[in-house]
Order: sequence, then structure tokens, then C-alpha cells
Amino acid sequence: MMARSLLRTDDFRQISMAEKVAAWILGFLWIMPLLFAFWAAFHSSEYTTSFDLLAPLTFEHFITAWDQAPFARYMLNTFAITGIILASQLVLCTLAGFALARMPFRGKGVVMALVMMQLMVMPEVLIVENYQTLAGLELIDSWTGVGLPYMASAFGIFLLRQTFATVPQALDDAARIEGCNLLQVLWKVYVPQAKPVYLAYALVSISYHWNNFLWPLVVTNTEASRPLTVGMAIFGAPESGVEWPIICAGTIIAISPLLAAFLIFQKQFVQSFMRAGIK
Amino acid sequence: MSPNRHLHAWLLLLPAMAMLAAFTHIPAISTLLHSFFESPIAGKTGSFVGLDNFEFALEDDIFWQVLWNNFWYAVVTVPTSIVLALVMAIWVNSQMSGRAIVRLAYFTPTVLPMIAVANIWLFFYTPEIGLINNLLEKLGFEGQNWLGDPDLALPSLMVMTIWKEAGFFMIFYLAALQSLDQSLYEAAAVENSSRWQTFRRITWPLLMPTTLFILINALINAFKLVDHLFILTKGGPNNASNLLLYYIYENAFSFFDTAYAATLTTILLIILALLAWVQFGVLDKKVHYR
Repeated sequence: MMARSLLRTDDFRQISMAEKVAAWILGFLWIMPLLFAFWAAFHSSEYTTSFDLLAPLTFEHFITAWDQAPFARYMLNTFAITGIILASQLVLCTLAGFALARMPFRGKGVVMALVMMQLMVMPEVLIVENYQTLAGLELIDSWTGVGLPYMASAFGIFLLRQTFATVPQALDDAARIEGCNLLQVLWKVYVPQAKPVYLAYALVSISYHWNNFLWPLVVTNTEASRPLTVGMAIFGAPESGVEWPIICAGTIIAISPLLAAFLIFQKQFVQSFMRAGIK
Repeated sequence: MSPNRHLHAWLLLLPAMAMLAAFTHIPAISTLLHSFFESPIAGKTGSFVGLDNFEFALEDDIFWQVLWNNFWYAVVTVPTSIVLALVMAIWVNSQMSGRAIVRLAYFTPTVLPMIAVANIWLFFYTPEIGLINNLLEKLGFEGQNWLGDPDLALPSLMVMTIWKEAGFFMIFYLAALQSLDQSLYEAAAVENSSRWQTFRRITWPLLMPTTLFILINALINAFKLVDHLFILTKGGPNNASNLLLYYIYENAFSFFDTAYAATLTTILLIILALLAWVQFGVLDKKVHYR
């Protein structure tokens, strides 16, 4: 009886042939822009819009793109900025999330409300004021300048608070009896329990900041600090007169590290976004 | 509790709260203050002008157009990407063959930078040599100037936005679908309810909190995500595809009218506050299952 009813519940997950075809067509449409970029980048320009499977492959666009823009520098900047932001977020959000989850103090509700405000009012919205703050600190056009507004993340604090709140109090008590101080308890009991959440948060944060554009555009002036996204916008601007296949090659250079990471860790990526969404 | 523990709690909170104050709370308040002043000239603070900047906004045709554009942009892209996301999630959650590949295809736009994919889409939309016009001409239709025609520029942006967002929202539906209580479906199976009935009566109501979460996020994104404008249209032609945050950027960093930029930011903050109020004040109380 049990087996039979389980089988029946699976019936609701069956879809018709027409839907399967539609699902495949939609999937093709969704991946098509990326496939096209690869096509254009690896073929000479006369094949850009004429699709001949036997057309000869070429690397010339990649060589031209690499020579026309300082991609290596942009990539270094993106790595550094993403890294600085992630490292600070992990530390700051762990400390704050722990205090909110396990420390009793007056005004917790107010603090929580103040934190949650950042979910609505993201740094992107306050570019005008934040630019002036950064100018006052003389941090325009630096890695730190790009990173500062994102170092405390409401999302991270909330995610870790929820996770720390589920750690059994008995583990906490046991560590204290053994003589651990507050930070040792946090480091030895809570942090290891939250490992999957840290991974999830890290992947979401990395893909967000790898792709972030508006704030880095405002706060960077030279290639010394420009991340890939800002570099791409300059490289691909119609005024720069760069040809399509070369822009496609540049685009692929810019997205390849993240795309490769995504393809390798596909499962973790999808699960991270899911985990981050459920909270 | 000992006062010592209170102190420790505040010390743990201090770094994060200081950063949040410096880059969220204080700038939000000073945005509001600056909207009552003139733009500073040559380093001197401008004089207090009361509500003049807001009156200027009310009489600024571009502001109204931008607001109207943003309204339509949200009204079209948000529901469309949510419906598509749900359909995608149901398909990917089914037993169809190759679902891992299809899921990958749906999700890939999410991990790519908006700027990079906008470069690719720019090629699709370009007149003369663009991919879409090329295909249309081969099929015997006339090509369009997708990004140069005031009637087509904003819809062209919308199509790209839906493509970028649907796969992202799909993930949340997929997570929700996989955690639904199976016993309800067993009951539905016993009652011989059809697939559509089961969706209407069980799946859709149970997904309501997820839909709400996605809805709010999608609405925020509709006001926050303007990266593609920099590549595709720059708000043009003649502001036909301009959005509020891009107009703020233009005022602050192209026209150097920081007071007006602060005024527009204040209006954007009011819109976001209204969304927050709708989420926490109204909808959260109505849609609660736990």
C-alpha cells in the first residue's frame, strides 16, 4: 500500500511530451547567447552570423582582445576585490550573527531591524553619498574603496544568526565547562557547525561581487583598480570601435574563471543559492 | 545576565554595525538632508532651499518619464520572470530525461555578469548586422532598430532582464518544491485529483511564501539593476528606456547635480521603504503557514 501510494505521488511530477519539448526549447533559448558568444569568438568574422559547422576555428580574436585591454590586471583586481570583501564579510557577519543568535542584551530587536534595513537599501542605491564618503577617506580608485560598502552584509548576518541559533546549547555549555572563552566557543563549536552555510554564502557572495558593476564603475578611475566588469564596459563600448568577434572573445576571457568554477561546482552552486534562499 | 556579557555582545556587534552605519544608515540620512539643499559649488555647501528640489522633480518631465518607465519595467518583467521561473522549476523537478542539462541552461545566465551578457545581447539587437535582424530578414520580415526606436528600446531591455532573472528565481521554487510535504500529495493521489487540481489546491498555496519572497526580491531588482543600460541604450533614445537609478547616476556623475541626485535617491528610498512595509507589514501577516 505504502509503495503504491508513493508511486502515485510521483505521477504529479510526470510531465507531458509537449512540455518536455517546450522545456528543451526554452533551455536552448536560455543558453543560446552564451553558445553564440563562443561561436563568434572562435570563428573569423565572416562566419559571425552564418553558421557553418565546418567553418575553421581560430584563436586570433582572443589574441587581439588580450592585447587591446589589460585583462590580466582587471582579473587581478576582481580577484583582490572579491577576496577582500568575502574575507571581511565572513569575519564581521560571524561575530554579529553570533551575538544576535546567542547573546542576551537589551535592544536586540532594534539592532536586528537596523541590520535588515540593508536588505532593502543596498549600497548600489546610495552611490552618491558613498562616493563622497570614500572621497573624504581618500580611498577612491583602490581595492579597499570598492570593497568597503559591502564588508558588513545584512544577508550574511541574518543567514549566520539563523544557523547559529540551531546549534545545540549543550555543545556550547560543554565547551564552556572545559574552560573555553567566548571567542573559543564561537570558533570551536559554532563555526564548524555552520560549514555548509559558509560555503553557500561564499559562493553567493563571490558570484555577486565578481559580477558587480555600478559601484565599482563609480569608485574606480584607472586600470589600477578597475574590475573586469568595468573593464568590459569600456572595452565593449561602441565608441571604442572594437569588432564583434573580439568583444565576444573579451567577454569569454572575462567570464571564463567564474564559468569554469560554476561548471565544476555546479551542484554546490545550485545548492548554495537554494540554501541561501530558504534561510 | 552579567553586565560583562552585555559588553561582549556589543563588542561582537561593533565592527559590523559601524560598517552598516557608515555605508547604509548615515548615507541614507544625509541623502535626505542633502535633498533640502542646493548643490555645493566650488567646495562650498549650497544654501537651504526647503522643498525646491522636490518641486523641481515634480515639474521635470524626464523624472516622470523615468518613473513611468521603471513602473512598466517592473510590471512586465517581475510577473513574467516569476511565472517562467515556476514553470522552469516544475519542469526541472520532473522526471524528464536530461533535466540536469536543462537546469544548467536555465541557471547559467544567473552566474554571468550583466555587463558581459549585455555585450552579447547588444549584438543581437544591432541593426544591419545584428543576429535578430539577420534571422528576420532570412524569414522575409523587415528588421527593426531595436534599441534606437523609442517604442522598442524599453521592451528590448525587458526581454533581456527576464532572460537574466528567471533562472535565478527558478532556484528558489526548486528548493521549495523539493521540501514540500509529500503526504499531501499522497492524499491527493487517493482522491484521484488531476495534475492541474493538485497544482491549484496544494502546490501553489504551499509555494505562496516562496512567491512572496521572490516577488519582493524581483521588485527591488527592478529598481536596483541598471547595469545593462550602460551597454545597451544609455537610457536612450531620448530617455525612452531610462530608469530611476540610471537617472540618479547621470545626475550625480554626468551632470554633477548632486542635490538633485540626492532628491531622486530620497524618492527611490521612499519607494523601497514602501516595498518593505508591504512585505513585513501587510503580506507577511496574510501569507503565513508556519
